Amino acid sequence: SAHKKIDEDLLEEIEEILITGDVGVDTTMEIIEHLRQQAKRQKAESPEDLQKILKEELSRQLLAPPEESVTHRPYVVLVVGVNGTGKTTSIAKLAHHYKQQGKNVLLAAADTFRAAAIEQLDIWAQRLGCEIIKHQPGADPAAVVFDALTAAKARNVDYVIIDTAGRLHTKVNLMSELSKIYRVIDKQIPGAPHEVILVIDAGNGQNAVNQAREFVKAVKVNSIFLTKLDGTARGGVVLSIKRQLGIPVKYIGLGEKMTDFELFNPQEFLEGLFAKE
Amino acid sequence: MLEELTSKLESTFRRLRGYGKLTEKNIADSLKEIRRALLEADVNYKVVKDFVASVQKKAVGEEVLRSVTPGQMIVKIVHDEMVRLLGGTTATLKTAGIPPTIIMLVGLQGSGKTTFAAKLAKYLQKKNRKPLLVAADVYRPAAIQQLKILGRSINVPVYEEGIGDPVKIAFNAISYARQHMLDTIILDTAGRLHIDEQMMEELVKIKKRIRPHEILFVADGMTGQDAVNTASQFAERLNFDGVVLTKMDGDARGGAALSIKAITGKPIKFMGVGEKLEDIEQFHPDRMASRILGM
Ligand SMILES: Nc1nc2c(ncn2[C@@H]2O[C@H](COP(=O)(O)OP(=O)(O)OP(=O)(O)O)[C@@H](O)[C@H]2O)c(=O)[nH]1
Ligand SMILES: Nc1nc2c(ncn2[C@@H]2O[C@H](COP(=O)(O)OP(=O)(O)OP(=O)(O)O)[C@@H](O)[C@H]2O)c(=O)[nH]1
Ligand SMILES: [K+]
Ligand SMILES: [Mg+2]
Ligand SMILES: [Mg+2]
Repeated sequence: SAHKKIDEDLLEEIEEILITGDVGVDTTMEIIEHLRQQAKRQKAESPEDLQKILKEELSRQLLAPPEESVTHRPYVVLVVGVNGTGKTTSIAKLAHHYKQQGKNVLLAAADTFRAAAIEQLDIWAQRLGCEIIKHQPGADPAAVVFDALTAAKARNVDYVIIDTAGRLHTKVNLMSELSKIYRVIDKQIPGAPHEVILVIDAGNGQNAVNQAREFVKAVKVNSIFLTKLDGTARGGVVLSIKRQLGIPVKYIGLGEKMTDFELFNPQEFLEGLFAKE
Repeated sequence: MLEELTSKLESTFRRLRGYGKLTEKNIADSLKEIRRALLEADVNYKVVKDFVASVQKKAVGEEVLRSVTPGQMIVKIVHDEMVRLLGGTTATLKTAGIPPTIIMLVGLQGSGKTTFAAKLAKYLQKKNRKPLLVAADVYRPAAIQQLKILGRSINVPVYEEGIGDPVKIAFNAISYARQHMLDTIILDTAGRLHIDEQMMEELVKIKKRIRPHEILFVADGMTGQDAVNTASQFAERLNFDGVVLTKMDGDARGGAALSIKAITGKPIKFMGVGEKLEDIEQFHPDRMASRILGM
């Protein structure tokens, strides 16, 4: 019938939207197949019906578990990711977010590797008006973390946020360095880090799934900070990451300022994903 | 999953190699798998469409059907077509008749411009050139310091005026280079979004003022589908001369290479293959084609 034809065209259009939004072929095909069945079952007639079914389904999948109340003090946050995704800037955004809730925050400059990484975080600490623990360039990042946690306990701060050097998930030695940092934290404050945030650049394609898979293995990632959503990249790969690895997006970055930050909202994200350019 | 696809594609190719005679049906099946593999490698949707169409056209041609090993012919067509699209032979950098040669680096935030500036300086230094690094990123916290540290580590001077006007800084660097007998200026600019009108306009102004011999668009090798949007906007505003693909030391398939080349027509000139300053390679279209195809 004429209707069926329109539906197939529509499904193809949805396929294009998902793939050009970096959702990935496998996930896209699964979604389309599911949609096809749901459309039949729910007797969807109009394109609007289909879109509605789809957005409801995906938004349910993307929903992060509700925020747990923070009972640990200091609450230790470890921030990790591949090179240049926006870790250091996102830390400034998180610190600003916590400070606005009246909390005090201490930053740990555990990227001792990249040129001027310490200075960069230091400038953010000054702008934020929060404390920073730093060592010399080239120092052992685990030692920085140790000092930062010692200081945090002594000064009774609410949050410690640890900046780490960017590293590709394929570099075995760098990934085990990260696991070591994780163990140092856990040893000094049992149960910490309380949150491990993986920073993913929305511009990244399917490689981000590999990134997530390897970082999860090294440091038990809890959540994703999806950056650079202020561009035209739509970051659809987080759908694949959520489906395959179960890690939810919790925060998004929308610019270079510390205020360009939002808590992740699945509905809004999906509006962006489906907005045709 | 990627490995899975790679091996799937490999078996496609193996099957194709084995075919005594190709039918339109098995050509179509193979093209479907090639399409899928290219999408998984982050080649842009529309670019994939065109690519598959052009391969198909060649594959159903007389030559293939009459050849003794039609399967092998298709594998070759796919690979050759990709090498052709990626730019054929390796491109090089332009140099000025009268020094200094001016090279300007542009791109999105965090793509690897500052690191590549220093890599290129080191690379040219080895070719007996005398580079000058110029700090025209006055926005990112500690960007100038980053370039100074990198410059110092390879003994290359860095021209900076602190937080000033990037257009003036770029312009003043030219006389500084002349005075100090430095023959190649490498200009590091701030990362920016292609849709940030004001920041894009700044690059246009710099270009008008200093007339670079070479503008390189520095792109993250892990970039996905959005590569076509960003590259085409930068190309439209700046008509850049070449592309640098960074972070290729990971396991990204690098489909963005094909997308950017197909959309802008600009050659890829270098790859970044690590965080150290010697981690720079010239771009080889044939190797890149094999990487994207997972062969
Ligand atoms: N447009 C935009 N730019 C961002 C966003 N987040 C970070 N950036 C920019 O991205 C670039 C890299 O950010 P950094 O915070 O230094 O990234 P990083 O992950 O710490 O980098 P490394 O430590 O080198 O691995 C900087 O120019 C930031 O200003 C965002 O949400 N939107
Ligand atoms: N593994 C790897 N890392 C790289 C490569 N090139 C750059 N990086 C890293 O990527 C991150 C970002 O590099 P930068 O040179 O600061 O990027 P940028 O484009 O100048 O960033 P902005 O100035 O903030 O826009 C740093 O951690 C670099 O060490 C590469 O080829 N391989
Ligand atoms: K967007
Ligand atoms: Mg950083
Ligand atoms: Mg830079």
